[in-house]
Amino acid sequence: MSFLEFSHITKTYPGVKALSDVSFGVDKGAVHGLMGENGAGKSTLIKILSGDQHADEGEIRIDGKVQAYASTRDAFDNGVIVIHQELQLVPELTIAENLSLGRFPASAGIIAGRRMLDDVGAKLKSAGIDIDMRRKVKTLSIGERQMVEIAKAIMLDARVIALDEPTSSLSSRESEILFALIDRLRGEGKVIIYVSHRLDEVFRLCDSLTVLRDGKLAAHHVSLKGVTRDQVVAEMVGREISDIWGFRPRQAGEVRLKVDSVSGAKLRAPASFESKAGEIVGFFGLIGAGRSELMRLVFGADSRSSGTIKVDGKMVRATDPHDAIRAGIVLCSEDRKHDGIIQGRSIEENINISSRRHHARFGVLNRASEIATAETFIKKLKVRTPSRRQDIINLSGGNQQKVILGRWLSEQGVRVLIVDEPTRGIDVGAKSEIYELLYQLAEDGMAIVVVSSELPEVMGICDRILVMCGGRISAELVRDQFAEKAILAAALPDTKTPDAIAS
Amino acid sequence: MTDQLKKILLGEQGLVVIFLVAFALVSALVPNFLTDRNMLGLLQSVVTVGIVACTMMFCLAARDFDLSVGSIVAFAGMVAVMASNATGSILLGLLAAIACGAFVGFINGVVIAKFRINALITTLATMQIVRGLALIASDGRAVGINSPDFYQLALSKLLGIPTPIWVLALLFGVFGFVLNRTVFGKNTLAIGGNPEASRLAGVNVDRTRIWIFTLQGVVCGIAGILLASRITSGQPNAAVGLELSVISACVLGGVSLAGGRATMSGVIVGVLIMGIAENAMNLLNIPAFYQYIVRGVILLLAVLLDNLRSSALGRR
Repeated sequence: MSFLEFSHITKTYPGVKALSDVSFGVDKGAVHGLMGENGAGKSTLIKILSGDQHADEGEIRIDGKVQAYASTRDAFDNGVIVIHQELQLVPELTIAENLSLGRFPASAGIIAGRRMLDDVGAKLKSAGIDIDMRRKVKTLSIGERQMVEIAKAIMLDARVIALDEPTSSLSSRESEILFALIDRLRGEGKVIIYVSHRLDEVFRLCDSLTVLRDGKLAAHHVSLKGVTRDQVVAEMVGREISDIWGFRPRQAGEVRLKVDSVSGAKLRAPASFESKAGEIVGFFGLIGAGRSELMRLVFGADSRSSGTIKVDGKMVRATDPHDAIRAGIVLCSEDRKHDGIIQGRSIEENINISSRRHHARFGVLNRASEIATAETFIKKLKVRTPSRRQDIINLSGGNQQKVILGRWLSEQGVRVLIVDEPTRGIDVGAKSEIYELLYQLAEDGMAIVVVSSELPEVMGICDRILVMCGGRISAELVRDQFAEKAILAAALPDTKTPDAIAS
Repeated sequence: MTDQLKKILLGEQGLVVIFLVAFALVSALVPNFLTDRNMLGLLQSVVTVGIVACTMMFCLAARDFDLSVGSIVAFAGMVAVMASNATGSILLGLLAAIACGAFVGFINGVVIAKFRINALITTLATMQIVRGLALIASDGRAVGINSPDFYQLALSKLLGIPTPIWVLALLFGVFGFVLNRTVFGKNTLAIGGNPEASRLAGVNVDRTRIWIFTLQGVVCGIAGILLASRITSGQPNAAVGLELSVISACVLGGVSLAGGRATMSGVIVGVLIMGIAENAMNLLNIPAFYQYIVRGVILLLAVLLDNLRSSALGRR
């Protein structure tokens, strides 16, 4: 009997069987990987573990005792802590305050500030997290917030810690700190459930692994010895994927996008680049290198203080995204939740939000044509959903990304497609689908710009890579020249680099 | 059984069901409620709130707020009466009133969308400014209507139903259509759902918000004209507290204050529930002071129901 036991867990949502008869166990002091494609049931399982959802059948046992949580708070009090992709911190409070929230050391309601700092400081130090506790959370990067979130779990003396895609927004340095932390927690005998799409990480960190597919247990490896990556991928998708990139060489055409000396409040040094029809250009760099900032300037999401942008030789006066869209430039943002999806509205509306002006006469919508557009792209992009009327918030990350791609593909006259972190938080199967889509669009003559923090990804799918570092473009390589070392060297800041990015 | 009941009450049409039940109960229990005369009276009494609720729905759906509606209604009423008296032309008076309403709404919209001032604060300010203008224009007194034709706006009937009720029905229809079937309506809901994502999806957020407030002003102008006609004068103190009734009716009708969720049918039901409650209390001779309490309780219950519904939706 393992310390943490999932036994015959079954969960049905209206229309879908999210989990069916899933059983496996995890030992103390083990990091257990949980993998599977979007919609395979990972999130549901984690939600059941965290008390957010209840299993229809089956039970969870910890240390032999059946756990029945009424709420996440209840799970919390029983030492089960889930760290979600969407972090749950209060931006206006400091790190120390966030970590003490709910348990402020206080006398007569007055917070003992000194004691709070001491307590938190001691914990952070023992966890090897080096950060100024007096900073407000809103000033932290996503990576730093994640560390604070994990520090919270440590503060609470959790018995079971589940991490849901923890590295999806971390830089490689931050990931390293996280891995060291996980190792330490393993040493302390915690049970760690590690949900990730990244095979590298899972193989590096995990002692054992469970693979889910379509809500069922596809494989359970007690040890990862002798298990190969290809085998795990095959277990996840139910078929062999030989090459997830599936790169196809293409003929590049005329220059489509020409960006000349563009700068703005968040990107002080002027940046220039161009992108040709049929070409996929990758932007690689560390988090904060200025890649997203540059793309936001090109798209008119932030205002430019200098520079010009031309599409097919024609000047673009993009002061706002709708100008850029009319000129044929579209952008899929990095932060899907905040900048991409319209929560509370249907898939159909999320697809049609931009292109619906083409279906309207005097502002009145043609419903039939809107529905047809939505259905077309749901089908074409293989969005997994029971209906176009489904609220987008209910979709998995990969499917949300497809809807947002559908939003832009349904636009007319798109010439330049910029995708910022196209596959963040997306599983292998959906990744391949998205890459394939990008190739097709490039073949149709679109200029594609991909911003990514995953080096294998940019190397796998791009014709050309531009590396950014400290707010400047530091290197440019064509496909024959691609080499991990050269790219990383250009991405890492050296001491002489001026601070071109506003902090 | 209870599960099914729960499903109905918390479902899409829960509010309509509650409304029908309430209507049936009141009809059965309150004498003289279900008579032609009382029904028309009830509808007459909700005309102002109902008309303004049409556009308040858009405002709230876009995560905005408008407190200035009551003042604009009073001001527009004053303008209609004074301009008609001065020019001798009712048509000019009406146009002037609507133009004034539109202008105030436009100013609200520009300040909120372009200068990024919080809608609550902006409209709180214009609410006072416009009320002040109405008082100054009339020196604080009611202004009588010279031309009897002006009364006819409220008194005239078509197929036995007074004109204001027709106007209300027409606006319900128009704005229901605008919300669901036009680019403007869908953009409004999208902005309320996620303003930044909407902007990045190419929605002209600023322009849409300015339009919402301008339309709100136009509609307040119409409501002001009908109100002045009904009370046969321009009253600078008319429609005090209207904004609260209108927002209550919208919330009652399931419009989310967090934006992104609104239906015309919901707002209609919300307006009618408020009207019925007041009407029934009047018929039962419940003193006005108690009516405040009942209205507050109804609003709280509605919000509570809405909350239950959202969490039921979220769990799906």
